[in-house]
Amino acid sequence: MPDSVHVSTQFDEDLARLRTHVLHMGGLVETQIAASIEACISGEVDRVRAIVDTDRKINDLEKAIDDDCAHIIARRQPIASDLRLILGISKIVTDLERSGDEAKKIAKGVRRIHEAGTLPKQYGIGIRHLAEAALSMVHQALDAFARMDGALALNVIRADVEVDVEFKSIIRQLITHMMEDPRTITTSIDIMAIARAIERIGDHAKNISEQVVYVVDGRDIRYDKGAIK
Amino acid sequence: MQTQDITQPQHPLKAEARNLSFYYGAVKALKGINMPIHDKKVTALIGPSGCGKSTYLRSFNRMHDLYPGNRYEGEIRFFPDNTNLLSADVDPIEVRMRVGMVFQKPNPFPKSIFENVAYGLRVRGLSNKRLLDEKVEQALRSAALWDEVKDRLQALAPTLSGGQQQRLCIARALATDPELLLFDEPTSALDPIATGAIEELVHELKKRVTILIVTHNMQQAARVSDYTAYMYLGEMIEFGNTDEIFMKPNDRRTEDYITGRMG
Repeated sequence: MPDSVHVSTQFDEDLARLRTHVLHMGGLVETQIAASIEACISGEVDRVRAIVDTDRKINDLEKAIDDDCAHIIARRQPIASDLRLILGISKIVTDLERSGDEAKKIAKGVRRIHEAGTLPKQYGIGIRHLAEAALSMVHQALDAFARMDGALALNVIRADVEVDVEFKSIIRQLITHMMEDPRTITTSIDIMAIARAIERIGDHAKNISEQVVYVVDGRDIRYDKGAIK
Repeated sequence: MQTQDITQPQHPLKAEARNLSFYYGAVKALKGINMPIHDKKVTALIGPSGCGKSTYLRSFNRMHDLYPGNRYEGEIRFFPDNTNLLSADVDPIEVRMRVGMVFQKPNPFPKSIFENVAYGLRVRGLSNKRLLDEKVEQALRSAALWDEVKDRLQALAPTLSGGQQQRLCIARALATDPELLLFDEPTSALDPIATGAIEELVHELKKRVTILIVTHNMQQAARVSDYTAYMYLGEMIEFGNTDEIFMKPNDRRTEDYITGRMG
């Protein structure tokens, strides 16, 4: 990414504002994920309503940022790195919004689990572990975006494998549990949904990182396992 | 200089600048330019004012010969015959028959529409009325102007609108069946609709003729060209496929220029 400024300061301001909005949205999504995981582990069901409410703000931000992107394209006809930034942002906000949806799913799952009883202790640690890994991916993906750091983005993409491994291990544990004691099936399905949502958050962080690589050096590395080695 | 695949061109070459330098007296305006011009493709030259793009363009039809003190170094090879256009034993008049030019401002002669287009043919010695009629109609059709002027071929050319005048100039250039057409900011004096018509014409013309176009309008370069060259201070900084230049240029100076940044 060039660090020189545009002749049009207005254009620079438009782009800077756009990036700030993306980071603001990203911060909100991170908070949502952390809050939903916290509710899951602590059993504080009262937090669920706030999480569901905040998700609307995230949806609004996605629309507002997409609208800003459309305006910049219409008014400035961006090219090269400017165009890649706009295209990248437009995709990044989709992944951020979906991560927000996953946080909402986690919160709703928490409500179901705790309305029926409590989260069996043995899953607390696994879920926390998985969530920490996914949250760290989101955080670093946003960091990579803020600093336009392609190398960091590649690290995030590599980290997705670990999240997938954690996820599979929780699923194995749940299956064993359900076979041993069919009464746990209802809760187990909810836990499975939560684990799946966390795993999806990791996938979204990976997608965001792929867009950062595209913005930084114009390479489209989606579906290209060789690119991250 | 950074290049993308110019050693292995995907298309045959119509021309090639080889270590081309140009001097306005003591001032070196072009500094050792190497560049392929692909056959039946549109190549856009972009760069800030004074970068040498028009100087470069005009070298192709020996326009600089008109002024004393101007001097070329290097070659412009013209294919398929591999003629050096700049060679002293090549007649500039003959070069201009093969390499037509359209200028920034439409410059029709103060003659009728018909005579404007017939001019180059008459200079060539063509006087057969039927042949002239045929050639003029053909050129006007190729320039997408025929339908608008067929009923008033004897009207004075300056009575046409700006966009029509520019298409008339293109018809005039086409009449002698040139192999290469040079456009020097052909739409900078035209409104968006007339500009669109010229761009559409460029797209049609490249089926038959190779085109080299200088433009200050970045979007125009992106729209009409297959290849783009970025020039700065008399040097060719980067040459490549237009898609690549406008999505991911290799040279930082190209990136700064096309995105409107200060270097």
